[in-house]
Amino acid sequence: MLSYILRRIVATLPVMAIVALFVFSLLYIAPGDPAVVIAGDQASPEDVERIRQSLGLDRPFLVQFGSWVWRILHGDLGTSIFTNLPVSAMIGQRLGPTLSLMIVTLLLTIVVAVPLGVVAAWKAGSLIDRVIMGFAVFGFSLPVFVVGYMLAYIFALELEWLPVQGYTPLTQGFWPWLENLILPAVALGCVYIALVARITRAAMLEVLQQDYIRTAKAKGLGQGGILFIHALKNAAVPIVTVIGIGIALLIGGAVVTESVFAIPGLGRLTIDAILRRDYPVIQGIVLLFSFVYVLVNLMIDVVYTLVDPRIRY
Amino acid sequence: MALLEVENLQTHFRTPGGINRAVDGVSFHVNEGETLAIVGESGCGKSVTSMSLMRLIPEPPGRIAGAIRFAGRDLLQLSDREMRAIRGNDISMIFQEPMTSLNPVLTVGRQIRETLMIHQGLDKHAAEAHAIEMLTLVGIPEPKRRVREYPHQLSGGMRQRVMIAVALACNPKLLIADEPTTALDVTIQAQILKLMLDLKRRVGAAIILITHDLGVVAEIAERVMVMYAGRKVEEAPVAELFRSPRHPYTQGLLGAVPKLGSSLAGTATRLAEIPGQVPDLRKPIVGCVFAGRCALATDLCRQYAPGLEEKGPRHVAACHYAAKGAVAA
Repeated sequence: MLSYILRRIVATLPVMAIVALFVFSLLYIAPGDPAVVIAGDQASPEDVERIRQSLGLDRPFLVQFGSWVWRILHGDLGTSIFTNLPVSAMIGQRLGPTLSLMIVTLLLTIVVAVPLGVVAAWKAGSLIDRVIMGFAVFGFSLPVFVVGYMLAYIFALELEWLPVQGYTPLTQGFWPWLENLILPAVALGCVYIALVARITRAAMLEVLQQDYIRTAKAKGLGQGGILFIHALKNAAVPIVTVIGIGIALLIGGAVVTESVFAIPGLGRLTIDAILRRDYPVIQGIVLLFSFVYVLVNLMIDVVYTLVDPRIRY
Repeated sequence: MALLEVENLQTHFRTPGGINRAVDGVSFHVNEGETLAIVGESGCGKSVTSMSLMRLIPEPPGRIAGAIRFAGRDLLQLSDREMRAIRGNDISMIFQEPMTSLNPVLTVGRQIRETLMIHQGLDKHAAEAHAIEMLTLVGIPEPKRRVREYPHQLSGGMRQRVMIAVALACNPKLLIADEPTTALDVTIQAQILKLMLDLKRRVGAAIILITHDLGVVAEIAERVMVMYAGRKVEEAPVAELFRSPRHPYTQGLLGAVPKLGSSLAGTATRLAEIPGQVPDLRKPIVGCVFAGRCALATDLCRQYAPGLEEKGPRHVAACHYAAKGAVAA
């Protein structure tokens, strides 16, 4: 098992290298001369030349790439063109809110979507099933910002149950932290919950047809034991897969959600960096998200072995 | 007194093509400690009958009517909760497919433990000890190791032994075995049958054996009920049935059994087959259910359904022409 994890980590290296190459090329794929872009509209040709030399943009591409990778491997993601702060420090500051938002959304999704999918499959074809699946289609079709503004309007402005926007770090207490994250998590989780609920239902429907479910009934097990132990564990592989894939959705959705709820996280930083053409920051963030995604995939593969004893590496 | 008394059991399914009368008015009983075999070809309603006894038929589209009296209580009148307390405890079941009937993601031990914890209120530790005991009893070597293994680590025969261990863990009064040996190698079949008989004697359970294998019937059953198209067409003690089958369908079934070594002895004849197939159960059947395939059928058979008549000692058959007491051709 441990050797498998190690082998998988080694296998991610080429993936990360390709990602790095792509991220680095961003600067060149973008229209225009990077030095001109960085220098801004009002720069004189001398300014542009100075920037070109200071950033090493006059050197061959591969040399630049090599030295960039070398610096990243030493923990140096470069310096923001706009703030002159180290990119790693800027990301570090913004990591907390985004991570909090994602974890709360992930937990909310699992706690809500899986039971909904299980019940829908159990009562397949009934009114409950149709209502749940109706909500799933609804949740899947609504854009994050629409849900976000709607929730903020109803629960924050009208009912005043929850704060409209902002973020409080966990260090200032659990409830203040959670309070600020509930609405964003629901807004961000909508699509995700819909997706996971649908997959759970489909996977459960198939499992409930199996002979061993009949055996479980014949043993006198209650409905709960049959659904949540005998069936759900068998349906877990596709569910875990889609939860993992959904993390990519979360990363994209976080950017919008953080804007709607004014959460000072990575999503906001991303937008700001793009608007300012702050390439080192954009590169740092894309690299980080890619790394997280590769890591999540590794975790999914490990979770497979926990839920299904037939999967061994 | 009979342990199980089934009266006019009707299990119907609503289908797009009409109501499928999978089991239509079947009555029988099983005495304590007795082995009753239910035989018939595929689609004759024998499996549906067994699933109905356990109330494992999904309702809807299924509907079970009649009476199933087990130890004096009508199972069809019980609440779901009361029924669950009977399943796996007083009545348990072994299925045809050992490869798919065990849950692939739970350990063998857990699957045996479960029934003990639900029905006998044992704690995990005691149930585990009992599970190991059960594995020993069904002849699985190294039970302490096997109890922690998953079904995919066991062979087909081993898995069926585990199924038997699950079924007998709570000392049931009635064991329903639905084609328990059909999916197994011939050598393993004999072992499993012997095991079932040994354990039956040990716990004193009655068995309902559902099969189309007449060799198995001759081996272990005391009484045989023959089903055709959702109805009981004949019933007799096993020796009597094999000696003098009265219903043409039963005669056909017995004629379709290959005789081992007959070609070496020079007595080989062409294996008899029953022409045609089971009628569509979604359409009302007029007359005898077997008339369409019966060589002896007359207009009487095609117009009037024969009732079950006593044809010999404890021997009933539903046929107009099966002579009373006479040995059929």
